[in-house]
Amino acid sequence: MTSIDDSRIPGVQDPAVQIHAEAETPRGYGSMKRKEDARFVRGRGRYVDDVVLPGMLHGAVLRSPLAHARITAVDTSAAEAHPKVHAVITGETLAGLGLAWMPTLSNDTQAVLATDKVRFQGQEVAFVVADDKYAARDALDLIDVQYEPLDPVIDARRALEAGTPVVRDDKDGQADNHIFDWESGDSAATDRVFAEAEAAPDQRVVTADILYPRVHPAPLETCGAIADMDPVTGKLTLWTTTQAPHAHRTLYALVAGLPEHKIRVVSPDIGGGFGNKVGIYPGYVCAIVASIVTGKPVKWMEDRSENLMSTSFARDYHMRGEVAVTDEGTIRAVRVDVLADHGAFNATAQPTKFPAGFFGVFTGSYDLEAAHCAVTGVYTNKASGGVAYACSFRITEAVYLVERMVDVVAHDLGMDPAELRMRNLLRPDQFPYRSATGWEYDSGDYPHTLQVALEKAGYEALRAEQADRRRRHEAGERVRLMGIGLSFFTEAVGAGPRRSMDILGLGMADGADLRVHPTGKAVLGISAQSQGQGHETTFAQIVAQELGISPDDVEVVHGDTDLTPFGLGTYGSRSTPVSGAATAVVARKVRERARIVAATMLEVAPEDLEWHDGRWQVAGDPEASRSMAEIAMAAHSNLELPEGVEGHLDATCVYNPPNLTYPCGAYVCVVDVDPGTGAVDVRRFVAVDDCGVRINPMIVEGQIHGGLADGVGMALMQGIAFDLDGNCLGGSMMDYLLPTSLECPSWELGETVTPSPHHPIGAKGIGESATVGSPPAIVNAVIDALAPYGVRHADMPLTPAAVWCAAQGRPLRTDLAIT
Amino acid sequence: MQVPAQFAYAKAGSVDEAIALLRRHGPDALVVAGGHSLIPMMKLRLAEPTALIDINGLSELTGVAVQGDEVRLGAMVRHGEVLDSPVVREHFPILADAERLIADPIVRNRGTVGGSLCQADPSEDLSAAFSALRASVVIRSADGERVVPVREFHHGPYETAVAHGELLLEVRVPIRAATGSAYQKIERRAGDWAVASAGAVVTLDGDTVVDVGIGLTAVGAPHFVAPEAEDALRGGPATDDAFAAAARVAAEHCSPSADQRGPVDYKRHLVGELVTRTLQRATARARGEA
Repeated sequence: MTSIDDSRIPGVQDPAVQIHAEAETPRGYGSMKRKEDARFVRGRGRYVDDVVLPGMLHGAVLRSPLAHARITAVDTSAAEAHPKVHAVITGETLAGLGLAWMPTLSNDTQAVLATDKVRFQGQEVAFVVADDKYAARDALDLIDVQYEPLDPVIDARRALEAGTPVVRDDKDGQADNHIFDWESGDSAATDRVFAEAEAAPDQRVVTADILYPRVHPAPLETCGAIADMDPVTGKLTLWTTTQAPHAHRTLYALVAGLPEHKIRVVSPDIGGGFGNKVGIYPGYVCAIVASIVTGKPVKWMEDRSENLMSTSFARDYHMRGEVAVTDEGTIRAVRVDVLADHGAFNATAQPTKFPAGFFGVFTGSYDLEAAHCAVTGVYTNKASGGVAYACSFRITEAVYLVERMVDVVAHDLGMDPAELRMRNLLRPDQFPYRSATGWEYDSGDYPHTLQVALEKAGYEALRAEQADRRRRHEAGERVRLMGIGLSFFTEAVGAGPRRSMDILGLGMADGADLRVHPTGKAVLGISAQSQGQGHETTFAQIVAQELGISPDDVEVVHGDTDLTPFGLGTYGSRSTPVSGAATAVVARKVRERARIVAATMLEVAPEDLEWHDGRWQVAGDPEASRSMAEIAMAAHSNLELPEGVEGHLDATCVYNPPNLTYPCGAYVCVVDVDPGTGAVDVRRFVAVDDCGVRINPMIVEGQIHGGLADGVGMALMQGIAFDLDGNCLGGSMMDYLLPTSLECPSWELGETVTPSPHHPIGAKGIGESATVGSPPAIVNAVIDALAPYGVRHADMPLTPAAVWCAAQGRPLRTDLAIT
Repeated sequence: MQVPAQFAYAKAGSVDEAIALLRRHGPDALVVAGGHSLIPMMKLRLAEPTALIDINGLSELTGVAVQGDEVRLGAMVRHGEVLDSPVVREHFPILADAERLIADPIVRNRGTVGGSLCQADPSEDLSAAFSALRASVVIRSADGERVVPVREFHHGPYETAVAHGELLLEVRVPIRAATGSAYQKIERRAGDWAVASAGAVVTLDGDTVVDVGIGLTAVGAPHFVAPEAEDALRGGPATDDAFAAAARVAAEHCSPSADQRGPVDYKRHLVGELVTRTLQRATARARGEA
């Protein structure tokens, strides 16, 4: 039907593209097709919006058209008179219940429904409950809100200037827009190295101002909830789009005063999260209140614009990076100053002690003498949030900063960026490595990983081709300019050790429980919540590997707090590092129980058995062994077990990670840039990832593919800018662009494997590596292409206009409206 | 919440019935063709028609066919059909170029030629392409039919010569000998609205440009054309220098607005770049070189 040129579609007719699934289900690790896909590809997934309850009503949120305005009156009488409307809830209604404000994940407060004033365009003002969503939407137009406009605070760089309006005048003692100051590293030691570098004739300080613009995770499924408060039992069931069902349950109990055992949070199939579904949104709270008020289930699903304009954004870091470096290219120290735009409420989701997330990992993959960063958070009249979009708690910003700075250094020194990186990368013998900001990197062989990527890319040949293109360009020939960009990233994922990491006081350990039925089939309960990561397959494979059974014989239960053990959920690439470890540990507990039963069956002592090929076997006697199925049946039978052994094999555990895991990767991006139009074409992308042991390599590759596409989006087209009136300029998918297959090359993946020494199965998180690592590689490639124009830096998104303007020597400011 | 306001719906069985339904349902009734612009606008409540008159079943409005010295495209011809049409490819590569860049296959399978023109979005690609081709459209009302040149069809953003109670029936595109055409668009992403687009139709007599049409979209060019640039080129030599000079005139006379797709100077620059490139390609095609 269509005449699309197939060669533009990656993967079509490309012999390099292979599907790595094995024909037979592996008995443990290995590529296998995802178990959950059977229902997804048949349209049998069940998302929140698919849930329909008898008598269910529908809610809609009235939102502020203005970024900053005082509310002088709200008249809901006409809406209440609508024949299909059951209730209209306002800030005043909630204030009467003590629920007009709620705590954020950063110990700030956030308006559920505005009472005093609105603080960003799209803020929640009222909630209508009606028979159907059409009537609810119609009734929104019947609510009359009187606003008295106030000057908005939009330009974060001016938020702290004297005389600027105060966004949060609701807070006692808040006289300006300052939220926090936070620093990391040794300031004095860093300043000393910089002073030396400035004074020494053969050293220098390289500086650049770098913006990581505001972006949005934009999951395919928007956020929503169905609240069902049973007026008889007093039990609240909340179907909701959450990446952290257990944490949400506890927070509802703490905030609303509901007894926690009377709250059941169900997170069914989730259509993408990327961090967007970590926090609790006003709409969820309104749905709960509406169900209590009406005595009926109430569904609320936001639309696309509501999602983009009001839920957790990501990034918005205005950074100044400085590098002290010798003229030979030895990087001595890095210093960073950050202005962090947190919007109207400080609702950043991150461990309590880390107001700038894990930005402290900005020292990257390099051996530095000293490093220091200072981060200042400010309020503006924009939507709140701050950590979302697959960022590993701000490591996205940290990696972008350091990898962009390394390229700026290479530019200023006239050095090859690959050579400069190779010269400064940590060596394998330095692990475990304690960074200048106090992070303990667990393992890696960075030079090897970079070398694999350079060879896979054919780096030397690419540079030769680039030189030829540049010669032809300089000769006046109309050719596209070629750019080659590198990044080498270190991630820190798997939050985290309870002693140092919690969210609102909840330590970040995860539980797991494993039941083995009499016939040897197993049911694993976990707290991690898949949003598409393939947990039902990966975690079954972990159990299968430990117990010698097929992954097909393991059912993974998740997303229902009444059915699963407590844990903090899925974000920050923590599922495999934490819940995956819990799964391995609980499976090993089961295996040890099985050993006792097997010993009884075989009439030997447990110590005489060895685990061999998925069976407990008498040492040295392959004929005398028992499978897990045989043992499970015996464990449930009337076989007489040793004293103190109760029977059955079931076990539970809680895993408290001793450290984060530190995956790494080396990425090479090749772009072609049309100097006449500024259009960028990503020609190739080589991604060599090291995430330790790969449980299901095909799922790992899928995760990387997604993250690389995200990177193309952020680097080249995505951004949520605001005009000076505070209008959000990225409020629909016509304005906020997601990349398509036409913008993505056929990804070229490679791997190195350095197991994590402290993780039970040596695995590291992979969920966000590519999102973290790809934007700097792409931007570095575009800037490299523009070298003939003397371009040293330009901010994302590198749209054709941004590229052309950078080449003209007047780069665009991408956080504000283009004028 | 993106749900439309209440509206009535009627499916027309013929062109005459569609016109009668429009009159019966009053001035706030709208025709729905492919619906890929109108339905999203209704969900956003930027459009709140009291009634939708559905013309998707009207076979009178389908088909791409040569009639005499012109090609007629029915108003309900889908973008995908234009893209796949051998007639279009033979005579009007500019349309094939443009269609390849319009939205994505899903939209192209549904969106229509007539709907695109009547939507009159300032960034519409076909408006520029048909203007460059000096096409005309046939409009029918209860009183009869009239033919309007595309260069007089657009009255401004979202406003056209089609009055209430009228229906656009077809587009007629003249076939010219020794003519080549081309279309180029710069977009931030496949399927995005154009940052700027240009289309060129060049008729040659030897190395002389005897006639030329230059269409522009998304840059505030009245009627989606660059008449000053056409005048500058017509009767002159088909050389790169002449194309560049005409392109400069086109860039000077359009009036783009700054938005997140780019500042004004960039868009003007793009107009110059794209006009040059499309004139070159159209000329090469006229010579049978491409």
